[in-house]
Amino acid sequence: MSDAVITVSLLLVAGCATAAVVQRDPARQALVLSVLGAVLAVLFTVLQAPDAGLSQLAVGSALTPLLIMLCVRKVRRRGRTKDGAR
Amino acid sequence: MNRLRLWLLAVGGAGLAALLVAACLDLPAFGGRWHPYGDRAVQASLDRHIANTIASVNFDQRAYDTLGEISILFAAVLGCVVLLREARDEHRAPPEPAEVARPVRRYALLVLPVALVTGLYVIAHGQLSPGGGFQGGVVAATALHLLYLGADYGALERVRPLGVYEASDSLAVCAYLVLGLAGVLAGTAFLANTLLPYGTFNTLSSGGTVPLLNAAVGMEVASAVVVLLAHFLDQAVEIEEEHGS
Repeated sequence: MSDAVITVSLLLVAGCATAAVVQRDPARQALVLSVLGAVLAVLFTVLQAPDAGLSQLAVGSALTPLLIMLCVRKVRRRGRTKDGAR
Repeated sequence: MNRLRLWLLAVGGAGLAALLVAACLDLPAFGGRWHPYGDRAVQASLDRHIANTIASVNFDQRAYDTLGEISILFAAVLGCVVLLREARDEHRAPPEPAEVARPVRRYALLVLPVALVTGLYVIAHGQLSPGGGFQGGVVAATALHLLYLGADYGALERVRPLGVYEASDSLAVCAYLVLGLAGVLAGTAFLANTLLPYGTFNTLSSGGTVPLLNAAVGMEVASAVVVLLAHFLDQAVEIEEEHGS
């Protein structure tokens, strides 16, 4: 039973990670990354490491995607003002 | 010269890989019943009345390691603050109040207090249940930013006096150091958990200095994440480059 759960969550992690790499738009990549964070948290919990799972949930699915989104926004805004100045 | 450098890198990498493989071959098998390290860690944790063994490892058995980790976070946030400060060729343009879709606003304002309380709960119960200062701190700090989603940047800035968070970030790191030094002054060792009574097992005050160190880390992480996100948000929303300069 627990082997099946571990296998399913491992496959989910592999699927999400591949999706994050295949996706080329950084803003969407951040969203896929946050899903990957949640799935990884499930994997850690299934492997009896709820502490690491909580860290992963907080950092991987909330903080990192948020920082990436803010960077994307800054870079895009900068490109827009540069174009406007020309 | 370049080739020499590559060779040095290759030799170092090969050595590291060989050591890692050798170490992995000696590990106890996956899912087995033999846990030499785990058994000792659990025993040491129970001796000091700490219900969550991970908290015991982080804040008692390897409290010195955690000091290194919070110093890394502190230095990293300090570096970000220096890099992302307003430069000479930039200026601040307060953003227009944003139009927020009603469901987003309702959901964000509904979830904000729940998330904040969850974060504080996870910090407070670090030595009893999974979680602790780091996890709870990140949750509490990101919860505050739901205000940016639900209202707008101006509202977030009003409830977030940045100076207070910067000061509490440093204060929390100092508190951790002072708690460590208190052990030295009491005559044992730096960060040794022999200062306070261990209390009743599985209560909030159990575990000697562990709840205090845990609280210091929670305060440090929450303030550090708020300061970090504040500077990223400033760059993304407020600070603009000067035109034609």
